[in-house]
Amino acid sequence: MTVQTPTETAIRPFTVEFAQEDVDDLRRRIAETRWPEKETVADATQGVQLATIKALAKYWANEYDFRSVETRLNALPQFMTEIDGLDIHFIHVKSPHEDALPLIITHGWPGSVLELLKIVDRLANPTAYGGNASDAFDLVIPSLPGFGFSGKPTTAGWGPPRIAAAWTALMKRIGYTHFAAQGGDWGGMVTDVMGTQAPPELLGIHLNWSFAVPPDIDKAIQTGSPLPADLSADEQHACDQLAFFYTTEVGYALEMKNRPQTIYAMEDSPVGLAAWLIDHDARSYELIASVFDGETEGLTRDDVLDNITLYWLTNTAVSSARIYWENTFAFFTPKNVAIPVAVSAFPDEVVQMPRSWAEQAYPKLIYYNKLDQGGHFAAWEQPELFSEEIRAAFKSLRNGRSS
Amino acid sequence: MSTTVDTTTEIRPFTVGVPQEKLDDLRRRIEATRLPSKELVEDRSQGVQRATIKKLARYWTTEYDWRKCEARLNALPQFTTEIDGVDIHFIHVKSAHEDALPLIMTHGWPGSVIELLETVGPLTDPTAHGGTAEDAFDLVLPSLPGYAFSGEPAEVGWNPGRTAQAWAELMNRLGYTRYIAQGGDLGAIVTDVMGRQAPAGLLGIHMNLLVTTLGAPTPPPGDTEEERAALDAVATFRQSGFGYFLEQSTRPQTIGYALLDSPVALAAWLLDHDTDSYYKISRAFADGQPSGGLTPDHILDNVTLYWLTGTGASAARAYWEIGRATAAAAGKAPPGVSLPVGFTTFPGEVFAAPRSWVEQSYPNLTYFNKVDKGGHFAAWEEPQLFSEELRSSFKSLR
Repeated sequence: MTVQTPTETAIRPFTVEFAQEDVDDLRRRIAETRWPEKETVADATQGVQLATIKALAKYWANEYDFRSVETRLNALPQFMTEIDGLDIHFIHVKSPHEDALPLIITHGWPGSVLELLKIVDRLANPTAYGGNASDAFDLVIPSLPGFGFSGKPTTAGWGPPRIAAAWTALMKRIGYTHFAAQGGDWGGMVTDVMGTQAPPELLGIHLNWSFAVPPDIDKAIQTGSPLPADLSADEQHACDQLAFFYTTEVGYALEMKNRPQTIYAMEDSPVGLAAWLIDHDARSYELIASVFDGETEGLTRDDVLDNITLYWLTNTAVSSARIYWENTFAFFTPKNVAIPVAVSAFPDEVVQMPRSWAEQAYPKLIYYNKLDQGGHFAAWEQPELFSEEIRAAFKSLRNGRSS
Repeated sequence: MSTTVDTTTEIRPFTVGVPQEKLDDLRRRIEATRLPSKELVEDRSQGVQRATIKKLARYWTTEYDWRKCEARLNALPQFTTEIDGVDIHFIHVKSAHEDALPLIMTHGWPGSVIELLETVGPLTDPTAHGGTAEDAFDLVLPSLPGYAFSGEPAEVGWNPGRTAQAWAELMNRLGYTRYIAQGGDLGAIVTDVMGRQAPAGLLGIHMNLLVTTLGAPTPPPGDTEEERAALDAVATFRQSGFGYFLEQSTRPQTIGYALLDSPVALAAWLLDHDTDSYYKISRAFADGQPSGGLTPDHILDNVTLYWLTGTGASAARAYWEIGRATAAAAGKAPPGVSLPVGFTTFPGEVFAAPRSWVEQSYPNLTYFNKVDKGGHFAAWEEPQLFSEELRSSFKSLR
């Protein structure tokens, strides 16, 4: 005789509110940072340079608006819903246009939903940005488990396949009977896995981190064995990028895969966290360092600090690192994705995937574009270009689908 | 008309004296630690367990006393001297016995001279520790550049080769014309290079980590059961324990910020070296059952030393220098070691080196022994056994 309340499937509105004492504590910690000596080189080859992180800390403590994350996120409709035992935070923006294509976009590490905010209006409101009503998307932007405001798993098992299944459940719970998916970095991994799971509702995926390096080439690079002699220029370039990644760029990823819990540092030291988060790959570090050097191309100081502040105030440095520990897939090689796939290859991404490899890896490659600007945080750095890519990528999927 | 003193080769006495405000700041920071959520597993497979780090932090603020460590260090004759532009800190204990054999012994990462202190008595005063006067050593224990009280290099190039040369200069400056060298971990890398450089006066070396295996372009043989077990251990380390190594050898500065700013971060980073020592240290804090010398106080002596000297980043940089030196030497076989080599395999080390592997790397192997206890921090954990190994290893060189 009791009324059943389906609390497990309820979708609750969500608003960000940081406690003032947490903000004060953060500011105090930044001010009291104990610094190491300067690196012994004149470049970034030993990691984040002292001058860069000091400029960042100075701006963070003295000029940055600690309510900026709240302002930006609370301007959008946010929700929380429990899936598979875990609270999932997501932004949900419906397009004013009918027949908008529902699209779930997933961020990566060291990012968050914040890296995707600049594309929201462009994708939902294309006519305000020189596009057509037929380009419109309904957007769902979730925080990965352990990231941002999503719950932190307390048991092992939340690897990409479980997340991918949760995303499909989320889209269905919202009421979408068909949708597309997009992602880069871990978001790319989750999206690629959704492609392998191929739920009937999923029309296709778009990746700005794709999984298409031929396994024999990936292996040859890791073991230092000879590469095939007939590589094209694009393929050779991708091989050079991979070799660079494996020799000098993968330390942070291996530490988080081996020992995510050991980086207590990132929960206790704001500057330690900031250094850890801005040192993802050489090109994005270069971009971020230039921003604190006064450049305004791509990102702003506030963009960078919003993201770091979000990690700090949600205590998610370690819980987010665990995705590396959970994952069992390779970073670059193909899975088995038989549904339609679109790939955008940005030049400053860790690997600019050649078309030839994308064609081999994805039998239904519906779109491929090699761009001439943009890097690891493409949606954050180049929102206009990125939005155009998404529109172009999914155009062919809008026609003739049954809704 | 002025009296000139050659300050560059001067040997100056050194005493540790940490201002109270630094200790107060340390305590305040430990008490203000922000911890992550608990790991999702029941073992160390995600890293240093939260229960362990909480116990460590509690012990650190409530029971630990740095001043005892300071007194221990200051009870030993310590010096600094500038070599090749960097101040080198070292402990120098002369044996009361005549004809003691001079020995330079080098610590590793995440260690320091702290890990070697328990061997000072057995090595320099053997008759009080189960040995004979003929077992005596004059002991020189330097802090690696960038570690503890040694200076922090402000330029690149302080790779193991340069440190090895500095050690030879140090022994020379102390007036030793015949001496031996010993090391584990990074200390083994330096000692190995000393063996290859073979400076005048160096009679032989002893190591307790087979460093030639970890950098080998081709894996060593896996024909016997012992060799296969060692290969498995190396593979496990590469697969699941290599993260800190790669981060330090590619981005020492990036991890350095946190290591300078958070004591608990530093403790976790230093605790998480290898499985055997991690569990031993973890147990010492969990149930007060330390393995040998790996007591909570000694562990925290070492962590506190890193903290108070602010050397988390500069110590990590040693790995970067090794990486750079290795890349520069790629394809070139280093000179062999023709000096006599002694080696002791401790069972808990990252891999238990089989005699066959050691012989392959050092054809002039004059001493080999596989002991039944001790791990990566052999001198720290089993100082008596370790000292006996050195006595046996170098007997033929006296």
